[in-house]
Amino acid sequence: MTDLQKLTIGKALNLGLRRAMEEDPKVLIMGEDVGKLGGVFRITDGLQKDFGEQRVLDTPLAESGIIGTAVGLAVRGFRPVCEIQFEGFIFPGFDQISSQLAKLHYRTQGKIKMPVVIRVPFGGGIGAVEHHSESPESLFAHIPGLKVVSISNAVDAYWGIQEAIKSDDPILFFEPKRLYHSGALRAEIDVAGTPQRMFSSQVVREGTTATVVAYGPSVKVALDAAAAAEDEGKSLEVIDLRTLSPLDLGPVFESVRKTGRLIALSEAPSESSLTSEIAARVQQECFYSLEAPVLRVTGFDTPYPPAKLEEHYLPDLDRVLHAIDRSLAW
Amino acid sequence: MPSEQWTHPEPGDGPAAVAAQPSPEQVIAGLRATSEGGAELTQLLTPEGERVPSPQFDKYVDDIDAEALRGLYRDMVLVRRADREANAMQRQGQLGIWVPLLGQEAAQIGSGRALRANDMAFPSYREHGVAFARGVDMKDLLGIFRCTDHSGWDYQRHGFHPYTIVIGNQVLNAAGYAMGQKFEGKVGDDDGEATICYFGDGATSQGDVHEGFVWAAVYDAPLVFFCQNNQWAISEPTERQSRLPLYQRARGYGFPGIRVDGNDVLACLAVSRWALDECRHGNGPVLIEAFTYRMDAHTTTDDPTRYRLSDELEEWKLKDPIERVRAFLARGGGADQAFFDSVQEEADAFAADLREYTFNMPEPPPDRIFSNVYAEGNPVLESQREEFLSYLDGFASAGEH
Repeated sequence: MTDLQKLTIGKALNLGLRRAMEEDPKVLIMGEDVGKLGGVFRITDGLQKDFGEQRVLDTPLAESGIIGTAVGLAVRGFRPVCEIQFEGFIFPGFDQISSQLAKLHYRTQGKIKMPVVIRVPFGGGIGAVEHHSESPESLFAHIPGLKVVSISNAVDAYWGIQEAIKSDDPILFFEPKRLYHSGALRAEIDVAGTPQRMFSSQVVREGTTATVVAYGPSVKVALDAAAAAEDEGKSLEVIDLRTLSPLDLGPVFESVRKTGRLIALSEAPSESSLTSEIAARVQQECFYSLEAPVLRVTGFDTPYPPAKLEEHYLPDLDRVLHAIDRSLAW
Repeated sequence: MPSEQWTHPEPGDGPAAVAAQPSPEQVIAGLRATSEGGAELTQLLTPEGERVPSPQFDKYVDDIDAEALRGLYRDMVLVRRADREANAMQRQGQLGIWVPLLGQEAAQIGSGRALRANDMAFPSYREHGVAFARGVDMKDLLGIFRCTDHSGWDYQRHGFHPYTIVIGNQVLNAAGYAMGQKFEGKVGDDDGEATICYFGDGATSQGDVHEGFVWAAVYDAPLVFFCQNNQWAISEPTERQSRLPLYQRARGYGFPGIRVDGNDVLACLAVSRWALDECRHGNGPVLIEAFTYRMDAHTTTDDPTRYRLSDELEEWKLKDPIERVRAFLARGGGADQAFFDSVQEEADAFAADLREYTFNMPEPPPDRIFSNVYAEGNPVLESQREEFLSYLDGFASAGEH
């Protein structure tokens, strides 16, 4: 049986959550405003109406409380899916994430499993006030015991959220908030289909001149850059990382061996970030294949600026093309 | 006279030692705050070993006859003896650190023995007595302090969560667990389940404890908050945590709070049974403040002589949780000298067994570093593990040649 639907990322997440809740009564959704309001981005729209207040919990307003109680619910055998409203508000919960969620499995040598998903809308480009546009994913990728993933399209949103919920490991699930409702990113999905695995990186556009690796909202920027580069006669290979911890760099190494050049793209500040890690690992594995140093196109090492400046802060396709030119000039 | 209650710094002690001396006003305020539990202190057994009737709580210890009381006495003596042995082993370099429970035996055994098999306890890191009451092998617990393990028992079988070292984290975890009991419909009658969560007076200043109170209240979680107010959070006194008695905070969250004599095992048992019963029937949460005293250091890295007075300790020694049960048993004919001697012998053997085990505790193999970080595979970690093992193998083969 097939049920083809054309979905935005936001709607795909909603349907993915719905299917996970139907399949497993232990799945709970919890967070601020996730019930009646359907979340500030409406990702959980309609779920409380259909599954009740005990499966979709409108929680008190405290992130440590959301994550700390999710840890206890997981000890009890539930599979909580926490929503953090905006990435800049996750830090009150950082203690519970790093001290308990990430470590209980290790601390008990596997006796306690932590099947908790924390959904985090992240990234800029929505013209928001402070704390609503950040990219803190590298901080979580640095914590052993956590898995960190990011989606860039509706297909991965639908299957990825289900796979994350089924996982027995705690997962930080980063969602590109400015693309939630993008009509251009609608994709046709067989929502009754067989679950797909997504926690591996994937070549989303093949090319030969240089490789661009990106994740989350930056994948679209990379693809736009690749389309523009084609007009200039350059062929960019684009890789969507999808899994940020553990990093699946196999396809990146393979691509770099083919193109000889790598641009690592992210909105996050560059210092001590995922793009730093990618650059380090690629030079270690592909040293003799590189025609130029790995270059990075990122946000700046500043706090996220007032939104009137974000068009300058956020890497756009021109900055990617500029980096390609620098790489080729080497 | 108050002026004689503290020692003057010795020459050469320096400014830090001078600064550590409290003012006379602080001494008086400190003693008043720490030695008296106030008029609302629930007590069934006085420090002199006299039984005090309680219309509200007597029924919760109706079944505690002389034999049961001897059992509670034995529990406390064994736990104290194990605690002293572990403390000594740390001093001998056999444990990395120890967290003494001396003085808190009644709070822990009283509340621990109030639990049923299906209940869950979320400890902090000083709950060795509760662990004992939950049937956790003290040897498994010592691995934490010898640094061979982070947690060595089966939490589900014993209904005893791993120790939590970050102050207050476990309160939210316990609230979530108790919410789960409620969601599963395990609350509402005599057979209901409940959760108990242990934390100290210092933890009450943490945001997680506040949030735990909020969550448990709004979800009607069957959760007993068991605060052992041992008067000191390392060197910070209770006055540095709160402007009102801690049990009174519960009112602000909309559930009952009660202060119990934490050195009275019978009162701790009764009040815990009452609170757990409230939770089983869906009337939770409840906050218990067990008013007690940490008679030793915070941990073996600590030096309480820098921040508190020996008079305070001497005063609390008169309220010793074990001695009052002993007096009550001896006076009422509930136990004779032969019993007390046999318990002491058992305790000594218990401690000797712990010592022998500790000295011979196996160390985990090096690749244990990598085990169980994740429930599912992690290729990056797997390759680190292989690389490390092959590095170690290099030394082994070098040694052979």
